[in-house]
This record gives sequence, C-alpha cells and structure tokens, in this order.
Amino acid sequence: MTVLLFTLVLLAGAILAGFLGSLTGLGGAVILIPLLTLVFKVDIHYAIGTSLIAVIGTSSGAAAAYVKEGITNIRLGMFLEIATTAGAVLGSFLIVYTPANIITVIFGFVLIFSAVMTVRKKTLHIETEDKSKMAAMLRLNSSYPDKGEQIDYKIRHVPAGFFMMIGAGALSSLLGIGAGAFKVLAMDNVMRIPFKVSTTTSNFMIGVTAAAGTAAYLHRGYIDPVLTFPVVVGVLAGSIFGSRILIGSDTKKLRVVFSILISIIAIEMIYKGLKGH
Amino acid sequence: MDQKSVRAGQDKDMEQVMGNLLRYGVILAAIVASAGGIMYLVLHGGDAQPSYAIFNGEPERYKSLQGVLQGVKVFDTSSIMQLGVLLLIATPIARILFSILSFMREKDYLYVIISTIVILIIAFSLFNGLGG
Repeated sequence: MTVLLFTLVLLAGAILAGFLGSLTGLGGAVILIPLLTLVFKVDIHYAIGTSLIAVIGTSSGAAAAYVKEGITNIRLGMFLEIATTAGAVLGSFLIVYTPANIITVIFGFVLIFSAVMTVRKKTLHIETEDKSKMAAMLRLNSSYPDKGEQIDYKIRHVPAGFFMMIGAGALSSLLGIGAGAFKVLAMDNVMRIPFKVSTTTSNFMIGVTAAAGTAAYLHRGYIDPVLTFPVVVGVLAGSIFGSRILIGSDTKKLRVVFSILISIIAIEMIYKGLKGH
Repeated sequence: MDQKSVRAGQDKDMEQVMGNLLRYGVILAAIVASAGGIMYLVLHGGDAQPSYAIFNGEPERYKSLQGVLQGVKVFDTSSIMQLGVLLLIATPIARILFSILSFMREKDYLYVIISTIVILIIAFSLFNGLGG
C-alpha cells in the first residue's frame, strides 16, 4: 500500500469513528483503538498516542460550544481536573509496566462498560439541599439553563467523586480514550449532578486530561505525524458531522445496536489479549 | 449590581472567551496539520506505507518542541504536521492558563491555586514524567 492510499483509508475510517462516536455518545476513541489495532495492525502504543490526540481535538471542539451556553460547571471541572490529570500521569507511568496484551484485555472490559453506560436509563438528579460542606466551600454548587429557565443544583460526595476521577484519568492515558463514561458515572451517580451538566463538564475535563497524558507520550515517541494527521482530521470532521445530525434525532435504537456491536469487538479484544497475541 | 451578579457577569465573559479559545485552537491546529499533511502527501504519497506493527519509537525530531520547530524551519512536511499536533495539545493547556488569569481578575484565589496545581501536574508530565 502506498502512503497516499494508507492515509485515505485511515482518514475514511477515522471519519466513521468520529461520526459514530458522537452520534452514540461513546466518543471516537473507543472505536478508533480497535480500528487501528485490529484492522490496521498498528501497535497499541502508537494507537494510544494517536487516539489521545484525537480525543483532545473532539473534546475541545465540543467543549467550546457547551462552555458558551453556560451549561458546563467550570469550577467543578477545574477542581476535578486535579484528580484526572494526576490520574493521567499515573496511567502514563503504568503503561510502561503493563504488557500490551493486558492493555488490550482492560480495553475490552472498558469497552463493554462504556457500551452498557450508553444504553442505561438516565435518571435526572437535581439535589436542592445543601448537604456537602466541601461543595459549599469549593463553591461547586451552581445552576444551568434548561428550556429558558435557570435551574439550581447542589453537589454531593465530593471526596468520593474526586477519587473516582483519579481512576478515570488513569484509564484515559492507559487506554488512549476520553473515559467519559467513567467521569459521567462518578458525577451522575455519586456526586448527584444533573446529566446535562455532568456530560458537558466531563467533556470539558477530557481535553485537559488527554493533554496531560499526551505530554508524556510525546517525548516517549508514541506520536507519529503520518499516523496522527489523517486520524485527527478524520475524527474531528466525523464528530462535527455527527453532532449536526444528532440535534433533534432519536438515537436510542442506534445506541442499542451499536452497543451490541461494540461488545462483540470487546470480546474479541479480550480473547486476543488473553491468548497473548 | 450586587456582588453576586458582578461575579456572574464576569463568569459569562470568561465562558465566551474560553469557548473561542478552544474553538480557534482546534481550527488552527487542524489547518496547520492539514497543510503539512497535504504537502507531505504531494511529496511522499507514492512511497511505500510505513509499518506501525512494531513499536520503535519516533525519531528525536518529533519528540520535543525544539525538535519540531527545527524541522518546521527547514520546511520538513512531517514536522509541520507534528506542529499541528503540538498546537492541539497546547489548546487545553492555554485554556487553563486563561482560567488562572480570569480567576485572578475575579479575585477568586482558591481557584487560582486549583488551576495552578493542574498546570503544574501537566508541566510535570511534559518535562519530566514518571517512568519516561
């Protein structure tokens, strides 16, 4: 295959990954990593480096819009970024000592978890009682606009949420993903944040977390320009296209079908990893 | 205006600037990477595809800001692509630096400290790193 053909095929694959990733809410990376490793036979380290760069692009692009709408809780994001970036540094350390096949197995399990998270029923939490002293001290309680109204909410269990974010950050750099599903889990179920706020704030943190991971990978040589260029441009284009279509469309069926598909890929990755391939 | 709505107004400004910063950072990075990428393909499109099946690590010139800038100076197309990548990494980092400035303007020193800690963690990863 020539460089030109390779680039074009990779670009097409990345567009598809970005498109499906934004349409299903799974993110481009969970599709990109299997695509790069299973289809293009790219070593997992290059795949992780490349994917993390794409993650920075899509999350920053999306965060730009959410921040302007005033949905993102910037203080909460900044505070939790201490945990996610520290976790990312931890993950970039762990990757050195984790054999490639173990990374593949962990990736498979995370994939299944993410698939389950996208089809689960969402319950809207709006806590109005000021129960957490820490949330008040850190001024994390805020409000967000919904259908022309400003809705107040309070945040709970700050330390537990903070510790879960360390784990989410570690997974982000260990696997080259945004780990949005874990961030949302911590914010929705533990910190009791309304999901509109948790998904946008998670997205806000993803770029910074991925930047912390890639900072380490850059000087370790995980990031190759010839591989990164088509992937980043493709994922960005695909996700912009996906988010345009997303507005006003019902994606429930798509998410279910896609989650099943993703789970099959996940099982293949776990099997290959355990076989020591 | 009371104290609270002054702060809310400042937060609104911060949100607008932050949104633009992120958007233009990504656009600039994509333009630079694409410019380098297209020139690279014109020059090397017919070459055989490099293999990524075995991890060898990248050459030194792609691994640091100085290395990339040196390549850009002599118009090396891969280095221009890599510069686009560096701009993308710099985008969220610039967002934190901007937060520090706006929290300072709001005299919200707790969040100046929090944002500074995040920057220090990233700097640690960038310049030193664990197990690098």
